[in-house]
Amino acid sequence: MESSSAQASRLLAVAGNPNSGKTSLFNRLTGLRHRVGNYAGVTVERVEGTMTFADGETRRVVDLPGCYSLSSNAPDERIARDALLGLLPDTAQPDAVLVVVDASNLERNLYFATQMLEVGVPMCIALNMIDVAERHGHKVDAAALEKELGVPVVPVVARTGQNFDKLRESIREARRGQRLWRMPAEAEEALNDLHVAVQACGYLPTVSEEAEALRRLCHARDEDPFLARGGDELRAAVTQARARLEAASIDREALESEFRYALCEGIVERVRSDTGEGDTRSAAIDRVVTHRVLGPIIYILIMGLIFESVYTWAGPIMDGIESATGWLGEQVARLLGPGMFTDLMVNGVLAGVGGIIIFLPQICLLFLFLSILEDCGYLARAAFLVDRVMRGVGLHGRAFIPLMSSFACAIPGIMATRSMEDRKDRLVTMLVAPLISCSARLPVYALMIAAFIPKGYQGFTLLSMYVLSVVAALGAAWVLRKTVVKGKPATFMMELPSYKMPAWGHVLRTVAQRGGVFVKQAGTVILAISIILWFLATFPRSDEAVEAEAKTRIEQGASETDTANWAGGEKIRRSYAGRLGRAMEPVIEPLGFDWRIGVGLVTSFAAREVLVSTMGIVFSVGDDVDEGSVALRDRLRDAKRPNGTKAYNGLVAISLMVFFVLACQCMSTLAVIKRETNTYRWPIFCFVYMTALAWVGSFIVYQGGLALGFG
Amino acid sequence: MTEIPLPDGALLRERPADHTTLADLRPGDSAVVCCVRQGENKRRRLLEMGFVSGTTLRFVGVAPLGDPLHVEVRGYQLSLRRADARGILVRAS
Repeated sequence: MESSSAQASRLLAVAGNPNSGKTSLFNRLTGLRHRVGNYAGVTVERVEGTMTFADGETRRVVDLPGCYSLSSNAPDERIARDALLGLLPDTAQPDAVLVVVDASNLERNLYFATQMLEVGVPMCIALNMIDVAERHGHKVDAAALEKELGVPVVPVVARTGQNFDKLRESIREARRGQRLWRMPAEAEEALNDLHVAVQACGYLPTVSEEAEALRRLCHARDEDPFLARGGDELRAAVTQARARLEAASIDREALESEFRYALCEGIVERVRSDTGEGDTRSAAIDRVVTHRVLGPIIYILIMGLIFESVYTWAGPIMDGIESATGWLGEQVARLLGPGMFTDLMVNGVLAGVGGIIIFLPQICLLFLFLSILEDCGYLARAAFLVDRVMRGVGLHGRAFIPLMSSFACAIPGIMATRSMEDRKDRLVTMLVAPLISCSARLPVYALMIAAFIPKGYQGFTLLSMYVLSVVAALGAAWVLRKTVVKGKPATFMMELPSYKMPAWGHVLRTVAQRGGVFVKQAGTVILAISIILWFLATFPRSDEAVEAEAKTRIEQGASETDTANWAGGEKIRRSYAGRLGRAMEPVIEPLGFDWRIGVGLVTSFAAREVLVSTMGIVFSVGDDVDEGSVALRDRLRDAKRPNGTKAYNGLVAISLMVFFVLACQCMSTLAVIKRETNTYRWPIFCFVYMTALAWVGSFIVYQGGLALGFG
Repeated sequence: MTEIPLPDGALLRERPADHTTLADLRPGDSAVVCCVRQGENKRRRLLEMGFVSGTTLRFVGVAPLGDPLHVEVRGYQLSLRRADARGILVRAS
């Protein structure tokens, strides 16, 4: 496909402010096929594609994280800066940079663009959203801007692809920029000294050492390997240069920003002619959707509509997937004939993977709505409205959407935390999202409530579980913020972008990308664990011994169906999973659980609703049960302990439900946390703290209930 | 490279006393930034977002629960928390 390997290895980076239309432009430039991953060692997403020039030459294109500046310590902006300097292990230094500038927000976008000029990588500028700027009454003269900046500037509309032929050609004409502003003599001298010191270190590749000197002069930086490599000499030079500024009463922290904005103001004055009144439409919409009374009402209506749709629209598709998996299982069974391998395929692989794929419609729908809301600009307003509540427990304003999503399933919820910039904010949200009561817990509640909670208290019990989950999530966030993930939420400074119609191509691509990631990542892990669980529940095989005993039972007059049911349960009891359940008894007995629930706790680690079918197997009513099954309900009520007393009652049921509210009985959630944090540390932490919380919660419920004379 | 004129006293640490903070404005008010007083990281971020000396801004409104604030600066809309807004000293325009 590539015309030559030398050309194929050339790399173009796309950089720009958040909300500048950078991603739309990247998508339009590179077409449909992307490689999505993370930058090595961090959670910042890395997207790479390929663009083709008019003559067929191709070039790799990497989409850098959106950033407001190259000076900050935020993870996204560090990555962007390090990528441009060629300091990342997995990304070569780009041969050219395409900087996306939002024409409707020129001053602040030029702040970043002029920083890019000084980095020294050949660059060109896509002056995006010229249509929006014109609608707001701003006419930007691209030719004049090109003259000001000294690099190619092409006016484009990324959403429609307007002028992209010219944009492609300009990429070949990318030129190195330079600093366009001067500081007072004292500051220039200080910068010059530091520049010499940075050069002497010789650690930077071909890019401008002056830009690095300016950053070191003006901004405190976290200790980094490059400062360490520069050693004491570089540190001393920084201190000395700063002392010179101090002596001249120059405020170093404000130095760069003051001059750069003064530069940008001047440029805007010269290249832009204003005819209109700005974005009156967005202002009018904002007056309604952030109104004191109307705002919250609209918010609740929109969120309600989304979650209602996620349930109702996904329902039929989920049923379809369920019957498709069932049909596939039958076909596989018929094709392969009975045997171990068939059992593994049908009861292990298909049951396990099918049980997860079933959530795909919900995930796609949720991301469809979320990306529409994000693209049209409402999501930022939603975060604006609820920020106060979130702040109270140390969560970021943007945590609300992921937590709401977690009522459907924690997996899309955790994936939705990507909209948060600060690592700690994201982490806290990811760690508490699994506490929100997801739809997979519902079958467990339904079974337990139907079996043990008297009519009249059933609805209230169900509601209590949901309330408990919200209280637990907010409380956990508060505690985590005081302990493990110490610190206040990051400065909640969020741009409220202009409202616009969603770009449908972009929306659908987001849905496909998120869905694909879910299927691929969670699917592979689920597959592995499903197979392991199948082995644990199947081996060691006790078929012969159990069959023999079953024969004796029938001879002694037991009915055939009862015996078949007993045999199924007995096989599990003797399997590794059953032994594990029995080994767990000492730990779970204080919660009111016996070995059979123990087995359920183990198997439902694959997915919470598996508890119901596990209990079905263990209680020998056959494999194919659902939560409405009368037989299972009755068997649970009648279940006896070895000493003949009833095994379960209302108190055990509540204890079990509380356990399921609080415990992280979901390996896909843990797999996604692993994927999103790029370490095993946080999924392990999440599992441990939630399981501990669940044990304590159930212990209090059960022992407290016993002490009060219930059960 | 050309010299760019800055507003008077832009790079001096000493600031005039007749200021109020962004958090004290009322919806619809306009004001001019004097300076930003915050820890270095927060201050840098506020400066980069455009709150440098001499910038005119407009206080658009407040979220229904009293926080955060909605501000217009350099022709774009921004939401920021009251605590951060208290560090932005302004004077009437």
